[in-house]
Amino acid sequence: MKPLTEVRSRTAALPFENIDTDRIIPARFLTTTQRAGLGRHAFNDWRYAADGGDNPEFPLNRPEAQGCAIVVAGRNFGCGSSREHAPWALLDYGIQAVISSEIADIFRSNALKNGLLAIVLPEAEHRELLDHPGQELVIDVAARTITLADGRAFAFALDGFARHCLLNGVDQLGFLLDAGAEIDAYEQRAQDTRYTVETAA
Amino acid sequence: MSARTIIDKIWDAHLVRAETADTPGILYIDLHLIHEVTTPQAFTELRERGLPVRRPDRVLATLDHSTPTLPPGPDGKRPYASADAENQVRQLEANCREFGIELNGWDSDHRGIVHVMGPEYGATQPGMTIVCGDSHTATHGAFGALAFGIGTTEVGHVLATQCLLQRKPKTFAIHVDGRLRPGVGAKDLILHVIGIIGVGGGTGHVLEYRGSAIEALSMEERMTVCNMSIEAGARAGLIAPDDTTFAFLEGRERAPKGADWNRAVTYWRSLASDPGAAYDSEVHIDAADIGPTITYGTHPGMVTPISAAIPAARDDQEAKALAYMRFTGGQALTGEAVDVVFVGSCTNSRLSDLREAADVLRGRRVADGVRMLVVPGSVLIKREAEAEGLDAVFTAAGAEWRDAGCSMCIGMNGDIARPGQLVVSTSNRNFEGRQGPGVRTVLASPRVAAVAAVAGRIADPDAFLEHAA
Ligand code: SF4
Repeated sequence: MKPLTEVRSRTAALPFENIDTDRIIPARFLTTTQRAGLGRHAFNDWRYAADGGDNPEFPLNRPEAQGCAIVVAGRNFGCGSSREHAPWALLDYGIQAVISSEIADIFRSNALKNGLLAIVLPEAEHRELLDHPGQELVIDVAARTITLADGRAFAFALDGFARHCLLNGVDQLGFLLDAGAEIDAYEQRAQDTRYTVETAA
Repeated sequence: MSARTIIDKIWDAHLVRAETADTPGILYIDLHLIHEVTTPQAFTELRERGLPVRRPDRVLATLDHSTPTLPPGPDGKRPYASADAENQVRQLEANCREFGIELNGWDSDHRGIVHVMGPEYGATQPGMTIVCGDSHTATHGAFGALAFGIGTTEVGHVLATQCLLQRKPKTFAIHVDGRLRPGVGAKDLILHVIGIIGVGGGTGHVLEYRGSAIEALSMEERMTVCNMSIEAGARAGLIAPDDTTFAFLEGRERAPKGADWNRAVTYWRSLASDPGAAYDSEVHIDAADIGPTITYGTHPGMVTPISAAIPAARDDQEAKALAYMRFTGGQALTGEAVDVVFVGSCTNSRLSDLREAADVLRGRRVADGVRMLVVPGSVLIKREAEAEGLDAVFTAAGAEWRDAGCSMCIGMNGDIARPGQLVVSTSNRNFEGRQGPGVRTVLASPRVAAVAAVAGRIADPDAFLEHAA
């Protein structure tokens, strides 16, 4: 993962609640065995019209939304399945940050592991950004702030470890592999202290 | 030590390293279930880094999402929906061979939906941590396991290290007391619960279902309840193990035997939440308030008793959902013409679910113009159902009796409905387009679904069956 310190972009709004992972990437596109190339199917059934052309009703197809890397979405974004194809598709489509007042756990965890900022704001601040799309924001990962065009800053919560990994491009698998000796010790200890079951012969 | 919930106990027993302000905890995983859709990229990563699978003996693989539910044609070829779907299955076969993982493939009796396979084997056991690259992993919580869905990057973490980086979730007690009314089952119960706490109500929490109505449920019913925890936003939901749990597990292929069994049961009994243990959230529900329940919108929190009118839209979001479903607030849902009925999925594809649907269909016919698919959760369930003649009931009624798999729950294998069609489905998600572009999905129990198939419209099962008797 590349280090991510800042996202600077105008916003586009998706003012719908409960945007689920089937909306973000329909299941029929999950037969891929790659991570790359899913951007063309991001929001597929929403974004394209029946004839395959762009659906003008889809908010991200509007002229003013072009080039926006920050999406402000309604409450409970990313609910539904655990498919990591959802953040892969959004990143490949050019989105670098999603802001909502509530983001589903698994989606958020998947997003942050791939360098897609998934930011939860309090209701009132979220509402302000949702109601006023098109403004230029600066998201500062180190400071955990979103700075608006008028200079105000909204703070957001980001787990210290996730922040560290984003800022330094740290790969979490490497962190786990470094704990190998502790995992060995745990396997020994668990066998003694609690009932463990081998799952295969 | 102070009073702990079952969630605390399982969590504490699996900590390789405790969390700190700066770093998440390292949680050991006992059982890792994998399938073809969410693993190829994880194996690629392992290969690129030259890493082995740390504990292949703790991984069980199956084929379910992209697999056809129709048998091979005369040429012996399976009717995959696409070359990509077939390739994905072949990749999992190759990955399992290369990394020494046990695959329940095309020739296995245990091939089937990943969340049906684990319990059926007795591989799913109380007190375990269980993960799978699939959000309905919570199903295994029915056994008193801490089971949750993970993304593909995390699948790679578990393959390589048998561990995950996790922060401890919050706890949420869902108390359901009293007795369910006759004809009301686990699916009605969980839809009712989601309607109360909302689709985001469980976010950040693990749910513990408790109370006399929960204790009275069979293991199959408990699986239906825990399965849909994610539909309330919770990554996991569980039920403390008890005699019902142990009776289900005893004698299963992967369950402990002999002295091991006795030791295991002693340990499992110690897992229940201590009296007085505190939860971050709690809700109390009276089982007697629950009737046959059905969804009318585009997320599983938009539920109503089947006999009630659809509530008026409270905001733009609900208005949009109703417009998609082509329903209007205030109208009755009963009487709506149905195009397709699907009985299957990890929510409702076990033998008891098939029996429930067959009880309605026996001696009756699927209404003209309605297509009904019945898809067992595993090869074994298919065989058991056939041994008791359920397949004959379904086919005599005019329903399609298929091979095991996820099928129309997710529509990845080509089993989908057409745009605009109304599907009454025993699965777990009614999202827009889940069962095919433009398809309208109504979630219900096997009983309600089977009644809809016979009536050709959504009908109150009590009124319909009484009238028809
Ligand atoms: S049956 Fe449906 S919900 Fe269950 S694992 Fe398969 S696709 Fe997922």
